[in-house]
Amino acid sequence: MEPIRKHTGLVYPLNRDNIDTDQIIPKQFLKRISRQGFGQFLFYNWRFDNDGAPRDDFSLNYKQYENASILVAGENFGCGSSREHAPWALQDYGFRVIIASSFADIFYNNCTKNGILPIQLTGEQTQKLIDRSESEAYTITVDLENKRVYGSDDFSATFDLPAYQQEMLLNGWDEIAVTLTHENKIEQFEAQETKY
Amino acid sequence: MGKPKTIVEKIWDQHVVHQEEGKPDLLYIDLHLVHEVTSPQAFEGLRMNGRKVRRPDRTFATMDHNVPTIHRNVIKDQISKTQMDTLQENCKEFDISLADIHHPDQGIVHVIGPQLGLTQPGKTIVCGDSHTSTHGAFGALAFGIGTSEVEHVLATQSLWQAKPKTLNVKVNGKLGQGITAKDLILAIIGKYGVRFGTGYVIEYTGEAIESLSMEGRMTICNMSIEAGARAGLISPDQTTVEYLRGKRHAPKGEQFEKAALAWKNLASDPGASYDATVEIEAAEVEPQVTWGTNPSMCIPISASTPSPDSATTANGKDEIKRALEYMGLEAEQPISSVKIEHVFIGSCTNSRITDLRRASEIVKGRKVNPSVRAMVVPGSFSVKAEAEKEGLDLIFKEAGFEWREAGCSMCLAMNDDIVPPGERCASTSNRNFEGRQGNGARTHLVSPEMAAAAAIEGHFVDVRKLGVPTA
Repeated sequence: MEPIRKHTGLVYPLNRDNIDTDQIIPKQFLKRISRQGFGQFLFYNWRFDNDGAPRDDFSLNYKQYENASILVAGENFGCGSSREHAPWALQDYGFRVIIASSFADIFYNNCTKNGILPIQLTGEQTQKLIDRSESEAYTITVDLENKRVYGSDDFSATFDLPAYQQEMLLNGWDEIAVTLTHENKIEQFEAQETKY
Repeated sequence: MGKPKTIVEKIWDQHVVHQEEGKPDLLYIDLHLVHEVTSPQAFEGLRMNGRKVRRPDRTFATMDHNVPTIHRNVIKDQISKTQMDTLQENCKEFDISLADIHHPDQGIVHVIGPQLGLTQPGKTIVCGDSHTSTHGAFGALAFGIGTSEVEHVLATQSLWQAKPKTLNVKVNGKLGQGITAKDLILAIIGKYGVRFGTGYVIEYTGEAIESLSMEGRMTICNMSIEAGARAGLISPDQTTVEYLRGKRHAPKGEQFEKAALAWKNLASDPGASYDATVEIEAAEVEPQVTWGTNPSMCIPISASTPSPDSATTANGKDEIKRALEYMGLEAEQPISSVKIEHVFIGSCTNSRITDLRRASEIVKGRKVNPSVRAMVVPGSFSVKAEAEKEGLDLIFKEAGFEWREAGCSMCLAMNDDIVPPGERCASTSNRNFEGRQGNGARTHLVSPEMAAAAAIEGHFVDVRKLGVPTA
């Protein structure tokens, strides 16, 4: 996967809690057998009307957010289905960083396997980012090495990320290759387990 | 004796392959269940890197999400067909057992695992599906994973996992007559919300949990993910042991007795400590109906929808307002006044034989309301066969229900079983998200008995007015 070290980008605010992966990518688009091309279906039922025309009332369709690469949302982003098609769709659409007040566990994991950086900030901090990006074109920088987020203005925050995931994302490592360096331990484990 | 341990700690300690400072543990995976929707990209990844499946004998595949439930051979959607064909080819190439749509073991992955005895206490079980938590009913540590992790497990039979925190959900006392496991889990999520389990593995304890059948326990654990927890489990006991006795993949003879003893020893020790505990009184639980667009938006059948003003935060108010609007409901509307057009009895939450038996008791000798289209989709081929042997299919069909082939069906509407825009469905599934059962479809989650009662009356009704099933 593509490493991510430092990223500067335009913020897209989606001020809702509990955005589930069914909304991020509805089930009718899960039938493809490749990882590519899901961006066009991102937030499909919110973005498009029944005839497939873009809806004027959904903010991702606003001109001002056209080149956004950092999505900011409320609590429990990515809840529900484990579908990895959700991070694939976000990434293919152009998002590299997701900031939320909290994340669902499976979605969070899935992001880190795909070079998307999930950042948990406090409710107050995400609200600030949402307010600013709703009123103007707002750009921030995310520095994964130092686990810091800062704006072109006075916004500055630090975040937490497990060291393992940080290392994976910074280096873009193939996790399976890393695990296979421990293959002898897996073999040992299999040799000594209890069988009924 | 050492420090008392929870079942989660015991299973964890038995499965750590490798431990290293500053890293998650490398955890061995005993059983990997695979289905057609979340696996093609994982197999493709293996091929691209010239990797093999490490333990095909610990991997089991079926087709469930996409499959047709009317005629097995009529798959109208070519893309669905391609996805099923791809699984067939992948299983052949990598030597994995597959129950395809014509196989007698076919069914919803979380229904067939337990039925075949593949699901056993103390196992670590994963599947590219969030409802893998279902298998926790057996005292297994079972959780949903993404496709990258599916590929990782295929290649290495292991996963890097940080040791989870534990949450004890203690259900005191007994459930009232006619109150089901589904009502209980909905009431728990209604009370504590859709994210109280995030970062935790839930262990369900208490008298009401211990008295549940295995099917009831599966319904409870199934919806752990709806509370935010990747896994939920219940300590094994004699009920667990008796369910597994004689199952095809369970140990046999003397080996079974040895295994049974080991399984029961996995139960959390008295005095084991949890990172958090919440409690609920079973006697207070009424039949539940969801009114909104996530499973915590849930009320007793005697209650009314909330008003946006009842929320304490701006986002909360907005969420209620949008949910009412999407659902086509008013604030403070009695839920029993809400008319439905569809009834779906099925899904990995509620499509097992006891679910069908209990629903059939409500349906027997009655007719589906003329304004309702109702269907039963058994969880597996073998549930369907068993129900037919008992004549349940005739009871449902005589009442006006459609009787279908096994699959996920209208729970997520990836096949042709779709609720049209703006129409309303009483569903025994697990998610009432926007568009879940079809674009613009309105889902109300209920128990099989409540769904059966709604089918008869044409609107939500307290099933206890129609009778209390004995099955």
